[in-house]
Amino acid sequence: MSGMKLTLKIWRQKGPGAPGELRSYGVQDISPDMSFLEMLDVLNEQLIKLGEDPVAFDHDCREGICGMCSLVIDGRAHGKDSGKTSCDMRMRGYQDGDTIAIEPFRAKGFPVVKDLVVDRSAFDRIMQAGGYVSVNAGSAPEAHSLPVPYEKAEAAMDHAACIGCGACVAACPNASAMLFVSAKVSQLALLPQGGPERARRALSMLEQHDKEGFGNCTNEGECEKVCPKSVKISSIARLNREFLRASVLY
Amino acid sequence: MSITLDAKIPSGPIEKKWDKHRFDLKLVNPANRRKYDVIVVGTGLAGASAAASLGELGYNVLSFCIQDSPRRAHSIAAQGGINAAKNYPNDSDSVWRLFYDTLKGGDYRAREANVYRLAQVSNAIIDHCTAQGVPFGREYGGLLANRSFGGAQVSRTFYCRGQTGQQLLLGAYGSLMRQACSGRVKVFARREMVELVVVKGRARGIVCRNLVTGKLESYAAHAVCLATGGYGNAFFLSTNANSCNASAIWRAYKKGALFANPCFTQIHPTCIPVSGTYQSKLTLMSESLRNDGRVWVPKKAGDKRSPDQIPEEERDYYLERRYPAFGNLVPRDVASRASKAVCDAGQGVGPTGLSVYLDFRDAIARDGLDSIRAKYGNLIDMYHHITDEDPHKLPMRIFPAVHYTMGGLWVDYNLMTTIPGLFCLGEANFSDHGANRLGASALMQGLADGYFVIPATLSGYLASEKQEALKADAPEFKEAEAQADARIRKLLSAEGKRTAVELHRELGKLMWEDCGMWRNESGLKRALERIPELREEFHKNVRVPGKNEEFNQSLERSGRVADYLECAELIVRDALERRESCGGHFREESRTPDGEALRDDEKFCHVAAWEYAGEGKAPELHKEPLAFEHCKPSQRSYK
Repeated sequence: MSGMKLTLKIWRQKGPGAPGELRSYGVQDISPDMSFLEMLDVLNEQLIKLGEDPVAFDHDCREGICGMCSLVIDGRAHGKDSGKTSCDMRMRGYQDGDTIAIEPFRAKGFPVVKDLVVDRSAFDRIMQAGGYVSVNAGSAPEAHSLPVPYEKAEAAMDHAACIGCGACVAACPNASAMLFVSAKVSQLALLPQGGPERARRALSMLEQHDKEGFGNCTNEGECEKVCPKSVKISSIARLNREFLRASVLY
Repeated sequence: MSITLDAKIPSGPIEKKWDKHRFDLKLVNPANRRKYDVIVVGTGLAGASAAASLGELGYNVLSFCIQDSPRRAHSIAAQGGINAAKNYPNDSDSVWRLFYDTLKGGDYRAREANVYRLAQVSNAIIDHCTAQGVPFGREYGGLLANRSFGGAQVSRTFYCRGQTGQQLLLGAYGSLMRQACSGRVKVFARREMVELVVVKGRARGIVCRNLVTGKLESYAAHAVCLATGGYGNAFFLSTNANSCNASAIWRAYKKGALFANPCFTQIHPTCIPVSGTYQSKLTLMSESLRNDGRVWVPKKAGDKRSPDQIPEEERDYYLERRYPAFGNLVPRDVASRASKAVCDAGQGVGPTGLSVYLDFRDAIARDGLDSIRAKYGNLIDMYHHITDEDPHKLPMRIFPAVHYTMGGLWVDYNLMTTIPGLFCLGEANFSDHGANRLGASALMQGLADGYFVIPATLSGYLASEKQEALKADAPEFKEAEAQADARIRKLLSAEGKRTAVELHRELGKLMWEDCGMWRNESGLKRALERIPELREEFHKNVRVPGKNEEFNQSLERSGRVADYLECAELIVRDALERRESCGGHFREESRTPDGEALRDDEKFCHVAAWEYAGEGKAPELHKEPLAFEHCKPSQRSYK
């Protein structure tokens, strides 16, 4: 093992509303093949043995698809590798002696639960407002009854790739969740199956978005830079058109 | 307790069983459904689809998930696809063929009637998911595309690039959110089920730990559905997500639900090899890669040359050599064992010698780089990123890893366990995949159970069993809370020197060595001695920081490890008892002359269902004989 020594400055906060601070920790014997979260595992094992409180952080699949992990690493949501989640980051990009700052996703709509863990239930409530097609099990027509042009299906998939991690919110100076909303609105607007509820969906999801305390999009473009699934800001442009279209219709 | 295992298979011809059964089942009047509370634990494909469909029917559903949102359940990580018998490619597929392939692929250790039903409802799943807006891959004509997958000679797999599980789960999650919005489903996130509550012999509720506050919460209902996934993390390293665990089904087992075929664990052949001891999980590369990638190792043992320096005639394409009919597309268990065999012979590659090549060179030369990238681009990039090796230039290196568990709680045709009112869906039950699951069949089964089976069978139970009203402050709930609390206090009070993760890693190593891809009597007996020792060491020497009344991930982990340490013993016991090779369960003592798995239908053509007998007592084995009327067991051959 080539064994890097690193200094970590990690946000520690006991609970919602409690004061927080950046605290320094040292880790050693970090291999370049490790994932970023495995490096944090090493730290936590060390803290447990010292009788200290390990660092709380959200993680689950550790392969970049569940959207659970949510770290701001050196000021950037999900760290420096574009198109990757925090769990997908490797330690290869670091060198012996580096210092790394690790903070939670910060936004009014994402209150801190503990340390690096935040509450993203606002996203579920936005989805409840209309992020679906209203179809009951058993009532669907034969799948081939409605052909979808290849390009449309592919474009819908580009938007559907959103993992709901909230990096877009953490990166946005306005803490806007418009990229998250636009990904679902666009996916379903591109498909004929989403047609009947298209206008209602755009309006009610946006309404809930605003209620949750997320800000508006002012075309900063920070969201698409950190999106681990490369959802583009043009998706928000589509959302705006959907909103306009819906406003005319309703 | 004397138990007779009645699978409740409906009478009549196999094609008509499900329709007849649905007609025979009692119904709950639509106006009365809201009077029934149903608990669904887990929000993966099975749990989310069940909770959503039951909500659509009008039941009052309580849905629980361990993550911060139902959308993150581990079904999301399934890559390759979902099978259905649509026969769109006109390659002679049918319900019958999907049934046959699944039963044969499972090495004749599943129930015919269940598997037939699975194949039967498969087409409706595709229709439903398409209507939900799941962006399946399409052809230029606008119709759905199909790919082939391991273990089948037809193309029946529907896919969304390499993210099929994600898209299907988000479809089910969308339907669940729709029901949450309507108020018919109440979602409880960051909750872990820590006890099942049984009242007068019936499942009537659960106790959860609120993972944010640590508080134990009780919920009462008229029925409980567990859709909590598999127990593969008992092996420590697996392709499962970190929070996947055995605890929910283990609690049910200890309350009287039988655990069936625990030794049927699936080792997936195409995972990224282990690179260090700190490793927390293994990453799967979709087996769809085997459609175009060729698996090989150097013919000469210990050949350290770079793969591009090894000429064609010095390569051993061992799957194509051993199985000319299926080649690189043999089922997972066969492919995994073949990889182990060449590595054991010293032909393995990479720094540890524990990997084989998966090579796209010929496919790129044949179809062009663009075409290969269109199919596998995301997987190729993922591999490149994780290993720092570029699969466009050099072949990938892969090795088998624990991926899926075919075993699980015993259920009858209605998906009900041996505890009345306790249902079990998806990977958590044992019913459809026999001893080996075919690729792209897990998504199919999870959604079949949730969208189509449980909505029908649950009403049959609710309508025929009059139950008294029950509140979550009944004495049985208090008692269950006290049991859970005692376990938590025990973990926190050990104050030893080792972490739960360390002890879990040790258990995983033991399981992989003695109860992994190859099993034999002496190894299994050794494991049966070592596991209780390790369990004792755990309870004496574990160190769990913090307290219960807080967000405490170490406490969560240690509770799950405590259950793996018990569950592992049952896996090993079952593996020892089943002295035959079948599917993913390979006993060295039971092989054909050319080294393939050899079943013993005379002695082992049954489901092994284990009953908990109490602390420190050996569990009792019950057998459900399997009868094959339509699909006669034969030696599985992919040659």
